Amino acid sequence: MRKLLFESMIRVPLTERAPSRSDAAMEELASAVDNAARRHLGRSLSIRAVDAGSCNGCELEMHALSNAFYDIERFGIRFVASPRHADVLMVTGPVTRNMREALERTYNATPGPKWVVALGGCARDGGCFAGSYAVVGGVSAVIPVDLHIPGCPPSPADILKGLLALLEHVTMGTHAS
Amino acid sequence: MQALADLILEGRPVQHHRPWPRTIVDPMVWTSATVALAEGHWTLLGLWGETAAIHMALLEEPTGTIGVISLEELEGGYPSVAQYHPPALRPERAIHDLVGLVSKDLPDPRPWLDHGRWGLRFPLGDRLPPPPETAPYAFLRSEGDSLHQIPVGPVHAGIIEPGHFRFTANGETIVRLEERLGYVHKGIEALMVGASLDRAVQLAGRTSGDSTVTYAYAFSRAVEAALQLEVPSRAGWLRALMAELERLANHLGDIGAICNDAAFPLMHTHCGVLRERALRAADTAFGHRLMRDRIKPGGVIADLDHEGAAALRAVATEIGQTFPALVELYDNTASLQDRTVGTGMLRPELAHQYGAGGYIGRASGRGFDVRRALGYPPYNSLLFEIPVLHEGDVNARVWIRIREVEQCLSLIAQILDQLPAGPVSIDIPDIGETREGMALVEGFRGDVFVWLRVAESGRIDRCHLRDPSWFQWPLLEAAIEDNIVADFPLCNKSFNCSYSGHDL
Repeated sequence: MRKLLFESMIRVPLTERAPSRSDAAMEELASAVDNAARRHLGRSLSIRAVDAGSCNGCELEMHALSNAFYDIERFGIRFVASPRHADVLMVTGPVTRNMREALERTYNATPGPKWVVALGGCARDGGCFAGSYAVVGGVSAVIPVDLHIPGCPPSPADILKGLLALLEHVTMGTHAS
Repeated sequence: MQALADLILEGRPVQHHRPWPRTIVDPMVWTSATVALAEGHWTLLGLWGETAAIHMALLEEPTGTIGVISLEELEGGYPSVAQYHPPALRPERAIHDLVGLVSKDLPDPRPWLDHGRWGLRFPLGDRLPPPPETAPYAFLRSEGDSLHQIPVGPVHAGIIEPGHFRFTANGETIVRLEERLGYVHKGIEALMVGASLDRAVQLAGRTSGDSTVTYAYAFSRAVEAALQLEVPSRAGWLRALMAELERLANHLGDIGAICNDAAFPLMHTHCGVLRERALRAADTAFGHRLMRDRIKPGGVIADLDHEGAAALRAVATEIGQTFPALVELYDNTASLQDRTVGTGMLRPELAHQYGAGGYIGRASGRGFDVRRALGYPPYNSLLFEIPVLHEGDVNARVWIRIREVEQCLSLIAQILDQLPAGPVSIDIPDIGETREGMALVEGFRGDVFVWLRVAESGRIDRCHLRDPSWFQWPLLEAAIEDNIVADFPLCNKSFNCSYSGHDL
């Protein structure tokens, strides 16, 4: 173990430069956040992941955000275990009818100010599952959504770009021009 | 003891069902098959229903014989398989929820996938209006002094899929775990009905995201079996290459995550780096990190170029060089071994009874692997070993994954060395008649089973997708008994069953 730890000390870090924030995301966020909320948060976001019916592809890429290449915690963004601790709900999947109530209850358990990010194509409009008897539709059919990050699944870099836009918007008060 | 091949002969054969036979049998033969399952002679591969028929896919492991038997006169229900053979219990509950077929003498008639929220009943059957009120789900009782219950989920405290776990504990010790699943039921089999092959393979590839290659692979093979198509040799090899990459990336992720759940994040970090490298190489080679939508009936959608092959070679070499140090770290860290050795024991008898596939079966003495048992190309011309252990604990499930990572690296190198030249897909001909096909493909979690009927129009008439998790989830309930609550995440991760693949 010592050798492995020592090598990690002398090696160049794997962590890559931050991607630039997504302009599309900035535009969508422009109307979502008020100044009071920005002051509350500081430069930090706590995220609660909620799978409302996904195939688990989006979860795999969400996990990847914590690996050494993306190292999401360096931006002050971290995943938390309870909606009570969260600023952001990151929701994946088409919302299934069997998960609808659990999603609503998780949303209601999250204290304000709070934001909802809908991750992946299914979370936007149900994706290829839209129209099924077992699916409500996209996340916005159940709870208000502030930001959509498209992709099937979105790559970790794309998720990071969206979250950085959210972070910048929340903390710096910059509006997309 | 009757051979499966003889039992199949006792029924009326169904035309155009490939590659294995399907016969329509009478209830006597159905029941004798049930008894043979219960006695351990055969393994249940799948059990599914249609409005006017119920089907059971069977495997005779020693001879590699596979067959499907169907029962068609179902007035008043069909004879329950589960009353003699418990692995059929959840499939039978799901069949009632989806199709409305009644299992006679079903030991547990509670609904399974239907939570009373769909706005209809029997979506694959008569689509009746729902009952005015749904009774709350009755969990099984546990009685005794000092027992308490811990309800967990469906929303879990991590980046995990949703499901409900009801623990009954005595102090720290779990005396019963009962799973309640179905939360991510998306109605995939109903969406399949009438779908074009293009749309259907897309749906199949979204049954369980971590096995997107395996599902598209199995679905495509089932279509090709039904339509009697032979894909170009290069396409077959590229499919296997993607399947091995998927297995490699998932095992690397799992090994790290299991150690992380035993409070050892160093392994998680290093395995995470290797997993990310594998996904990036997959992106370079096939244009998608998880290789989603790359396999279709008739072949694959994109060829592998020189740059892609070089990226895959480089990543296999790098993982081959780095991984041994991580294996040593796992093996030599006493505090980690203290958590994984002897934890979450799954008895070999149960693994055999349930036909548990993948690392769960192989860590408990069941070495079944369809790559070897069926030897579908190109696996019939590749050299690989199937690791088997008998301890059945978390540690054994980690070691199976470690050995399989090594085998994946060897298989990737062999495939790249021997990859034949030529086209990578063929067109799907217009057959103009009803055909049925089935396929089994080995995913990282075990064997994925697909059965389908292609209508005259060339569209899907019915498609059943069976995730290996169906026969693994119930075993987690058994493995967790007498472990402490704090070891549940560790045991659960070592199983890593799919919620979405199971719920569909």
